[in-house]
Amino acid sequence: MLEIAHLTKRFGGLLAVNDASLTMKAGSIVALIGPNGAGKTTLFATACGFHKPDAGTVRLLGQPITGLAPDRICARGMVRTFQIVQPFGRLSVADNIAVGAHLHIAGRAAALAAARNVAAQVGLSRQLDQPAHTLTVAGRKRLELARALATQPKLLLLDEVMAGLNPAEIAEIVPVIRGIRDGGVSVLMIEHVMQAVVSLCEHAFVMANGTMIAAGTPAEIAADPRVIEAYLGHGAAARLRGGHAA
Amino acid sequence: MKRLDLPGLILLLALGALPLVVPPGFWMTSALLVLLFALLGQSWNILGGYGGQYSFGHALFFGTGAFTTAVLQVRQGVNAWLAGGTAVLLGAAAGAAVGWLVFRYRLRGSYFALVTLAFAELARILVSSFGYTGGGFGMLVPLKAGAWNFQFTDARIPYWIVWALVVLGTLLAMWLERSRFGARLMAVRENEQAAQALGIHLVRVKTASLALSAALAAAAGAFYLQVFLFVDSGLGFGYGMSVQALLAPIIGGLGTPFGPLYGAVVLRLVGEGAKRIAGNAPGLDLALYGMLLIAMLRFLPAGLAGLRRRSAPRRRDA
Repeated sequence: MLEIAHLTKRFGGLLAVNDASLTMKAGSIVALIGPNGAGKTTLFATACGFHKPDAGTVRLLGQPITGLAPDRICARGMVRTFQIVQPFGRLSVADNIAVGAHLHIAGRAAALAAARNVAAQVGLSRQLDQPAHTLTVAGRKRLELARALATQPKLLLLDEVMAGLNPAEIAEIVPVIRGIRDGGVSVLMIEHVMQAVVSLCEHAFVMANGTMIAAGTPAEIAADPRVIEAYLGHGAAARLRGGHAA
Repeated sequence: MKRLDLPGLILLLALGALPLVVPPGFWMTSALLVLLFALLGQSWNILGGYGGQYSFGHALFFGTGAFTTAVLQVRQGVNAWLAGGTAVLLGAAAGAAVGWLVFRYRLRGSYFALVTLAFAELARILVSSFGYTGGGFGMLVPLKAGAWNFQFTDARIPYWIVWALVVLGTLLAMWLERSRFGARLMAVRENEQAAQALGIHLVRVKTASLALSAALAAAAGAFYLQVFLFVDSGLGFGYGMSVQALLAPIIGGLGTPFGPLYGAVVLRLVGEGAKRIAGNAPGLDLALYGMLLIAMLRFLPAGLAGLRRRSAPRRRDA
């Protein structure tokens, strides 16, 4: 489905993504985790064409898409959401989602009907006529998801759709994402909420300081000393082990 | 947002019926000017109101319309209608060319405004430099009555033609609110990055809207020339025209189908009022327009059309 190979992105002297590789199969939900500033969002943005990579390749469904414009990549079936939500503020929720639906649907009525379906899927049906800027944080996250989903993607890149949500809201959105996968859309998600990662993903990648440091099942990753050190600092894994032994 | 603006519709129909009750003369000419500036304002509204691209040089397209018609008709002896049609096409081409040049380099906001202003000034200076385009004197279309020359003995006919164009412009704005192109244009206005992520080709959408907008502005320019039979570089390409183009939709209501018409009516009334009170003090109308604009932005940022929305029952936010 998606193959990112040796991707590198520099901003001046800052090496944001360094030789990162990632592959995922169709029909899966894969997580990309890592501490703040690890380069996860930059990896997403570069894969989706918002930044030109300095090195490396991106392939979607076997086709090279490296360096294509974001709109071309979206048309080929890979769409991202934004961690910092980007609603079309003065447009209604229905109109927001319809913009996504218009990628493949020319008619206005048909696009709005598709928007209503997607809204029902993510739980935004009651807010359809509301201007997007009046939505709550949880509502805006759902809107990000809904707009992206309305483009009928093959692969959805979700950038922290659960950040800022309370536990009840997270419990609501987990089955929504599972439903999206069951509908035939593969999902790659950046997520800090480990409860969601564990319940949704069979596979996870871990980034730190721009490089991919580990990959495996959520359980394997949680036990990986490199991952523990990336989050808790140098030597933390050994100290934790020592603590257990004592 | 998409409820029909009934007061706007009544105003438009009333302007259409005006020649049936008002004899040709001062009031009809005033109304005709309202219609011409409503058309120019609608042109600006399509790009600025719906697309969020604020042009400070719409005179470029108005002037292109007026001067193309004048040059073809006066210098080349082309028929008035054919010259006008060519002017509209050339206006659209100018819009597409400017759009392609400017949007490709991701100029937006104040940079876009400055570049459009520069293009308009460039055109003004060029046109005033050559005798062929009237130089500093401007171009006069000789009087020669006949429908073939767009010079009607019945003054109501050109009035109704311009009115029909305003209706067309209004329909175009309504179409934007109900079409894929319009949905994309408004998405670009609200958030370019998100629009691009959802598969929208930014340069294409913005350039298309600029070409459409420029065609309408050129039509306003072409008909202005046919009605008043005179244009010079300062009138056609001057910044005054660019300011008129943006004032009407901003005062009337950006991104609404009837906003430019509301704005054009108010501006005309204010301008005429200023003349009545202070005689022909030069620039007084512009000073009043400026004060009006400041007052509007302070107290009614959504324009006159926003009054309607304000009085509409508020939906409860869930």
